[in-house]
Amino acid sequence: MQEALRFQSVDAEPVDRADIIPQARQLRRASEGATRGLSLTIRGLRKSFGDNEVLRGIDLHIPAGQFVAIVGRSGCGKSTLLRLIAGLETPTAGSISFSETPRAQDLRVMFQEPRLLPWARVLSNVEVGLGRERKSADAQARAEHALVEVGLDDKRGQWPAVLSGGQKQRVALARALVSQPRTLAFDEPLGALDALTRISMQALLERVWRDQGFTAILVTHDVAEAVALADRVLVIEDGRIAQDVTIDLPRPRRRGSAELAALEGAILKHLLEGSEDTSDL
Amino acid sequence: MSLIDSLPRLNAPKLPRVDGLIPWIVPFAIILVWQLASVTGFVPGRVLPAPSDVALAGWKLLLSGELIRNIWVSFWRASIGFLIGGSIGFAFGLANGLSQLSAKLTDTTLQMVRNIPHLALIPLVILWFGIDESAKLFLVALGVFFPIYLNTLHGIRTVDPQLIEMGRIYGMTDGELFRRVIFPGALPSIFVGLRFALGIMWLTLIVAETIAASSGLGYMAMQAREFMLIDVVVLSILIYALLGKLADSASRALERLTLSWHPAFQKK
Ligand SMILES: Nc1ncnc2c1ncn2[C@@H]1O[C@H](COP(=O)(O)OP(=O)(O)O)[C@@H](O)[C@H]1O
Ligand SMILES: [Mg+2]
Repeated sequence: MQEALRFQSVDAEPVDRADIIPQARQLRRASEGATRGLSLTIRGLRKSFGDNEVLRGIDLHIPAGQFVAIVGRSGCGKSTLLRLIAGLETPTAGSISFSETPRAQDLRVMFQEPRLLPWARVLSNVEVGLGRERKSADAQARAEHALVEVGLDDKRGQWPAVLSGGQKQRVALARALVSQPRTLAFDEPLGALDALTRISMQALLERVWRDQGFTAILVTHDVAEAVALADRVLVIEDGRIAQDVTIDLPRPRRRGSAELAALEGAILKHLLEGSEDTSDL
Repeated sequence: MSLIDSLPRLNAPKLPRVDGLIPWIVPFAIILVWQLASVTGFVPGRVLPAPSDVALAGWKLLLSGELIRNIWVSFWRASIGFLIGGSIGFAFGLANGLSQLSAKLTDTTLQMVRNIPHLALIPLVILWFGIDESAKLFLVALGVFFPIYLNTLHGIRTVDPQLIEMGRIYGMTDGELFRRVIFPGALPSIFVGLRFALGIMWLTLIVAETIAASSGLGYMAMQAREFMLIDVVVLSILIYALLGKLADSASRALERLTLSWHPAFQKK
């Protein structure tokens, strides 16, 4: 019964269900799951591409299990920071250290593009996420479980080409989740989706984060999304962290509430002021 | 009003059996007109024999075993030549698509050789090999090499780099990356090369057998020309067309089978 409820919430606007289930889940996380995430510390991180100095000294500590959103103008280096954290780029200077040395499957990234293999069925695409454990006996069961998690169990035998944009992104999420990562980095994962699909995907992201207790780092250009989902919003400007805003509101948060709107307004104002002399946001 | 009336009929479900027959209407009509033109004497038999005469000639050659033997020889030459040229082309395509060093070493040379029309080598090939089997195999292999090489190379180079990055992030080894990402990604382009190569394969073989051979379909046609057996000449041409069509259908079937994930091949 509980499972069925959760599937529906993926496609539909997050309804104000009885608050009991999320609260129970939060309790569970506090007792057993909170230790799953990895904490990470970044010191004096710099990154240049040739003469272009993109990151000019980032210092940051993210506690285990925190949901951090990173916002900033286009081209300010959000993706670069995320790729550095994920180990896809090497720093020019500075260091990134985790509380424990992460194994490959502890650290996953989700991109704006789903990056599914068009020639593999949905289930095999999810199995890709198991990395080296792909050949283990329970691989298929784990992949199926991850598909249930994102509410796409019935699409396991389909080709990616027949899925909608939101469904493809959910498969990509299942692939990222299947190895039970301890840090999950998202690079504008909802950027290409329509408004309604975005809202239900946001609810899904929040739900799996609460269930699994990984450390979440979400890059987004949507400030409303950042304040709705994150414990903390970082604003990047001129290659540094210009603002570090704690969003201390209880979950589930009500979309459009006055507190969220006020926080969003403040961050947007900051971003706009910073860009007065330039035209792009 | 009349337009609206006709709409439902357009959308009415077609019988699949009838649908499959539609492509054959035109060829049958052509044969029918051809037969009529021959029977009425509109087209003299010296110029173009009637389809029935061609069929009769085919039947006689079939009974004597000559037809099967010649078709078999041509088919064998085509397959072996294709296999040799195709695998070398595929190997170079893979090597140069995957390794910068290999590409630097050989690509420019291959691109230069590509500009020599392979049929222009016929005199040289005859000097080298005589009218031996190896002459035909060499020409077919050379003709087949380039389309396979170029399209394999192109296919591998245009695999989505984001997918390759994804594979690496998820810990695929080089072998897995090739099997699960690079090769399937290059496959549509490899098939384009395959279809081109099949066309070139028949063309090369026809020319080579016509000029320098002592068996095979092309030789059969040339012999028939000497004895003014125009029905056998036409028969040879038709069999070439049929074999070409068969090879094309086979590659299409293989394509449908292996590219079933591709939106262009998905059944409704
Ligand atoms: N691989 C790269 N090579 C060269 N320049 C890059 C590369 N990746 C990013 N950049 C540059 O770094 C800057 C920041 O890019 P990015 O991190 O993608 O910005 P954001 O994600 O905030 O929009 C841009 O000016 C971009 O051109
Ligand atoms: Mg970006």
